[in-house]
Amino acid sequence: MKVIIFRLKNEEYGVEIDQVRSIERLSHITRIPNTADFVKGVINLRGIVTPIIDLRKRFHIDHVEDNDQTRVIIISVKDVEIGLIVDAANEVIEIQESKIEPPPKVIDSVEAEYIRGVIKVENRLLILLHLHKVLTIQEN
Amino acid sequence: MDTNQYLDMFIEESKEHLQAINENLLQLEQNPENIEIVKDIFRSAHTIKGMSATMGFEDMASLTHELENVLDQIRNEKLKIQPEIMDIIFQSVDILEGMIYSIIEGSDGKANVSHLVDQLKSIAKGQVLSASSPVPPQATQSTQTSNAVASNNSAYMDMLDEYQKAIISQSNASGHQSFHIEVKLTKECMLKAARVFMVFDALEGLGEIIQSKPVAEDLEDEKFDQQFELIFITKDDSATIEKKLMNISEVESVRVNEVQISIGKEVDPMPTNQEAIATTPNVTASAPKAKAADNAANQPKAKPMGSKSIRVDIERLDVLMNLFSELVIDRGRLEQIARELGHSELVESVEHMSRISGDLQNLILNMRMVPIEQVFNRFPRMIRDLSKDLNKKVELEIIGAETELDRTVIDEIGDPLVHLIRNSIDHGLELPEERMKKGKPEAGTIQLHAYHSGNHVFIEIIDDGNGLDRDKILGKAIERGLLTEEQGNQLSDQQVYHLLFQSGFSTAKVITDVSGRGVGLDVVRSKIEALSGQVHIESKIGEFTKFQIELPLTLSIIQSMLVKVSDEKYAIPLSSIIETAVFPKKDIYLVQGQPVIDFRGHIVPLVSLEKVFKIPRPEEGQGDEMSVIVVKKGEKMAGLIVDDFIGQQEIVLKNLGTYLPNVFAISGATILGDGQVALIIDCNALIH
Repeated sequence: MKVIIFRLKNEEYGVEIDQVRSIERLSHITRIPNTADFVKGVINLRGIVTPIIDLRKRFHIDHVEDNDQTRVIIISVKDVEIGLIVDAANEVIEIQESKIEPPPKVIDSVEAEYIRGVIKVENRLLILLHLHKVLTIQEN
Repeated sequence: MDTNQYLDMFIEESKEHLQAINENLLQLEQNPENIEIVKDIFRSAHTIKGMSATMGFEDMASLTHELENVLDQIRNEKLKIQPEIMDIIFQSVDILEGMIYSIIEGSDGKANVSHLVDQLKSIAKGQVLSASSPVPPQATQSTQTSNAVASNNSAYMDMLDEYQKAIISQSNASGHQSFHIEVKLTKECMLKAARVFMVFDALEGLGEIIQSKPVAEDLEDEKFDQQFELIFITKDDSATIEKKLMNISEVESVRVNEVQISIGKEVDPMPTNQEAIATTPNVTASAPKAKAADNAANQPKAKPMGSKSIRVDIERLDVLMNLFSELVIDRGRLEQIARELGHSELVESVEHMSRISGDLQNLILNMRMVPIEQVFNRFPRMIRDLSKDLNKKVELEIIGAETELDRTVIDEIGDPLVHLIRNSIDHGLELPEERMKKGKPEAGTIQLHAYHSGNHVFIEIIDDGNGLDRDKILGKAIERGLLTEEQGNQLSDQQVYHLLFQSGFSTAKVITDVSGRGVGLDVVRSKIEALSGQVHIESKIGEFTKFQIELPLTLSIIQSMLVKVSDEKYAIPLSSIIETAVFPKKDIYLVQGQPVIDFRGHIVPLVSLEKVFKIPRPEEGQGDEMSVIVVKKGEKMAGLIVDDFIGQQEIVLKNLGTYLPNVFAISGATILGDGQVALIIDCNALIH
């Protein structure tokens, strides 16, 4: 299966390519008051108002300033389209599903329940995400 | 066969046919002798039967089948229409409607129909025996197996199904003729499909092709030898058809024969063995045509041809609208660039584009408009039932049923109207004896009136009943502790009437079956307000009560006021705004810590948008004035503090999607001219 690799601080994550609609540059985000702090706001994505989540905040990763590497990955899960802010996204690789390992008990900062598994590709460790769990708005 | 993909179509069409049956039944009640109406009802029932059987809804199919049998007896004049029969037919239609709604909700549409089926069966049987009305000899031959069609044995009969036969017999009755046309192309013909197309094209100018052999698809694929057959309905005679077709090159011969289909007593003894006669046109055709035309002229209503239309999913229109609003944003940018550059040719073409896109915008909005008739249609039936239940005589007048409203509003407005009409009949109109005593006509009148005015649609429900009693309403309100007697005396009549919309308020002395359902007019008001509309009441005691509903033409584009707080822009719907004003800061008073202003003699609480929305502000503003937008929710008001008024603007409403439901005080979003998203403030949430 093909996954899109994105980076959050110094970790690499993967999402299945067929859940990804597009990768956008950061544009003007309108803040939505009184919502969870990881909800960054909404953007105008070709005429559709699309919510944006700051994945760094979602995973309690230290704040990284936006730069020209910062991207918004638009994903679509169960008919909901949402953008994820990530530090960089520029690679698609093919992985073998059989090589996916269950998530380790404790992983640096990211709650294990969002993780579908990890996979070693050459000398890199990729974290595969459970997107629909990431998208549940209630934060535990 | 997987029928799911047809389910939507089935539901829509069934609803339409049931509505048509309901309307026709009401007409039939007025003119029980009019067999034409029975035929219309029969056709609708027949269509529903066919569709539901195809879709696998057996209970629906069996009920419509029995219904059809009874209707068939009536239209063949073997059965007299009686009130009991009407009631059972009405009941059947109600059950069918219930089934459709349960199918919409995802169930299998099953219902226990055996009782009704038995009743219908016994009507069909029992009445046949006792029917003493003169039955024409031919009709006795036709059995009660629904559409008993006596037909000649011509070769083309196998081309027709029952439905098409019904169409033919109907069009024959209304002065049209049906022909069986055989077209033979020359052997040398190269592009047979193109010739077929030309034949179809020529015929469609004259009438309607209802069947072809082979079927149209095969004709297009040239899957036929040199010859094909058509069944054609027209007002022209066979000579015209033949002449027209022979004009097409590579057509070798054309044979046109009249199609004879007879139902029940309408059997026409005319010999129909003419198809053996070769290319000669049918000379006898014109005689019966003239006769039929006379009949048609005598018929009370000729079915309008109906403009051609297609069904479009409302979601597709929404997508179109989204795309279009993108275009509008780009238009805005182009206009700005053109202005800045000042290049005359550029300015000119941008202006032209603006005009065209303006027209397009209107067109797209118009596509979403549907006549309010759709909603009004169900009321005659409802009023019939209600007046029976309450022993009141009611006449319904509908004015302006063609008034158009946005589809989204149409879907929502039905329930409030039902409620108001029930209210008018139950509380407004007096019993017949009482009306006679007062010198009013025995039957009360309910008038439904819809019209456009400016950017709004008005719907009025007017009854000529007893009117609203100010003292009674006030008494009730005081009794409930809603206000004191002193306060009550100061209220205007309008304000008193509006007390009716308070929750739990009912002036009915006795809770009747009709209105004692625990929901009051407060539900009506909240529903209308949710649609950004308003309700007004006018009344004169002993004479009339008028409920007037004012609604915006469309919900997807609204007028709004754009405001700025710190660096953020928000839109406030104009319908909530009373006034915008600038107040000196020294005019702010504190009432128990709550800042308020004195606005035209009213104490209005102030709401800081900055605080409610936790808007970050880089530096503290140091003005001694503040901009306030006074907004309302019903009778209550509040002043929203903002930094700047940007201006009034038409905005396209968009929702925030399922991921962000129920954001406090935000009802949606819109996209501004610069491509950014602005949030729309829900004033109702800010006023307590």
